[in-house]
Amino acid sequence: MNTEKTEKFQSVLYLNGVTKSFDGFKAINNLSLDVSPGELRAIIGPNGAGKSTMMDIITGKTKPDKGEVRFKDNIDLTRHDEADIANMGIGRKFQKPTVIDSLTVWDNLDLALAGNRGIWQTLVFKLSSNQCERIEEIISLIGLSEKTEALAKNLSHGQKQWLEIGMLIIQEPEVLLVDEPAGGMTDYETMETAKLLKDIAKNHSVIVVEHDMDFVRALDCTVTVLHEGSVLAEGSLEKVSADPRVIEVYLGR
Amino acid sequence: MNLLQQTFIYKALQNDIFGRYVLSFVIIIGTVIPLLNVFAPEGSMFDITTFTMTLMGKILCFAILALALDLVWGYCGILSLGHGAFFSLGGYAMGMYLMRQIGDRGVYGNPELPDFMVFLNWDALPWYWYGFDSFGFALLMVFLAPGILAFVFGWMAFRSRVTGVYFSIITQALTFALMQAFFMNKLGFGGNNGLTDFKDILGFNIQSDETRSVLVFTAALVLCITYFVCKYIVSSKFGKVLVSIRDAESRTRFLGYRVEHYKLLVFTFSAIVAGVAGAIYVPLVGAANPSEFSPINSIGIVIWVALGGRGTLYGAIIGALVIGYAKSYFTTSFPDLWLYILGGLFVLTTMYLPEGIAGRLEQLRQKRNGSKNDPSTPAKNAELEVAK
Repeated sequence: MNTEKTEKFQSVLYLNGVTKSFDGFKAINNLSLDVSPGELRAIIGPNGAGKSTMMDIITGKTKPDKGEVRFKDNIDLTRHDEADIANMGIGRKFQKPTVIDSLTVWDNLDLALAGNRGIWQTLVFKLSSNQCERIEEIISLIGLSEKTEALAKNLSHGQKQWLEIGMLIIQEPEVLLVDEPAGGMTDYETMETAKLLKDIAKNHSVIVVEHDMDFVRALDCTVTVLHEGSVLAEGSLEKVSADPRVIEVYLGR
Repeated sequence: MNLLQQTFIYKALQNDIFGRYVLSFVIIIGTVIPLLNVFAPEGSMFDITTFTMTLMGKILCFAILALALDLVWGYCGILSLGHGAFFSLGGYAMGMYLMRQIGDRGVYGNPELPDFMVFLNWDALPWYWYGFDSFGFALLMVFLAPGILAFVFGWMAFRSRVTGVYFSIITQALTFALMQAFFMNKLGFGGNNGLTDFKDILGFNIQSDETRSVLVFTAALVLCITYFVCKYIVSSKFGKVLVSIRDAESRTRFLGYRVEHYKLLVFTFSAIVAGVAGAIYVPLVGAANPSEFSPINSIGIVIWVALGGRGTLYGAIIGALVIGYAKSYFTTSFPDLWLYILGGLFVLTTMYLPEGIAGRLEQLRQKRNGSKNDPSTPAKNAELEVAK
């Protein structure tokens, strides 16, 4: 879809020497990461490895103490806040499914739908027929056609995960940060989710943080192993699984 | 009929069955009571005393105030414990106009200065009283005074991401600080007596039954208009963003919405509505008093909305009407008991009606509709109601 656009720059997301401490504890320590346009990347690491802090830094929730965070080669993300960064095209899915509980599935997608986020525009906003079709398309993609008018709080855990993935897709970001999408899903749902993400990665850059090894294997992509806030190993799953340091800190346990 | 169905008011009320009942009731209070007060022969069974009519007018003003709070609290999750301040500011702006209308009919007969300034030996009108001879200017100030305060206060608070209980506490501090200030004589708003002894409004005697009838009708009209404006806001995409902020604020940021802008606009709008309510209240009761700023008043508004039911709009009106009337009844019949009853009411609401009267009404309706349709499907409900 946007391959032409993405070829103009070398890396869609580039982190160099990023450090962040909380009360002296280095959650992120000299972290470097380079994601090419259109790449699907999996990030694994034990609890406390700094995965969530990294997501927070990329999306503007947390400012790093030092280091570079660049989007499309020359946009410095540390200078922007969450809303700015979201509008530039970085979408995020949280570890715990975060949907808007008291709105319907339809309204959740309506809110996430790409478009103007200004206060005056939303006051007079009307969905065009194209946009309605787009929402319907996403609803059937995430398998919630029967639940269009159901409140999000009445969905099952897996359905909420899917709704949030749907919200991420309809936001039309260039980069998707997906935090543990398979958490709490059945084996079947997990495999379906992996398929969906691979599909999305055809025309977006996708970064997936995950614990589930079967899921990472199904993604079949470059894997980055984080440990104590920095990159321990990077490469194919086979390569990193064979790395003795990785086995010691993570896989072996 | 087709044209009627196109209007926003028709669409808004189509799915809002309780809203229809509540508004009909408001319109009846706002028209029948003033008419009976003015035209029914004195002593007949239809006669409504001026006291009752004024009480109804006051309660309608409270209902407007409750709507303002429900919009920010019920929909956007901003619990303001200082809405009484905006109400009072609107009231003072109107009170200043009414003071200027007194002219030389004050106790001291000074054509230039209000009585309290003569009493304090002031020799000139302070600059901030300029312009209040004009009703239009005063009306503008009714909007601007609470609006600007809410904008500046909200801008600082929301930009620094002050939320939840911290925000509530500083709004409480705001109204407390304003109360202290308005009690001071040197601030130039009449000190602890406030503004009073009004003579007329727009040339009509403010004490007359006819003027009061018009004020009560105005309160009902403004209440209805406010209801529809709020209804429009909450059913637009803007309203969905507000609910989204209430449910998951940081998620809303990651969707790309500037949460602070949304909060600021809705908070400022709500403050202006509160100010308008105060501006109708002051001529009705005949005084603008600094004790209106008292923190307990602002907490009272929260109790109305909690009892009526948050996030429904009509619930806020029910809460204000019920408590407003109960307060008047009990404080005249059993003055010692009122605070216990209010406290008891609050405890019972929290225990048995966590979603307020409106929440219980919705439950009953869903139960009655039963399995015929899914309650979470407003579109289907609308079809059913039309079919009836």
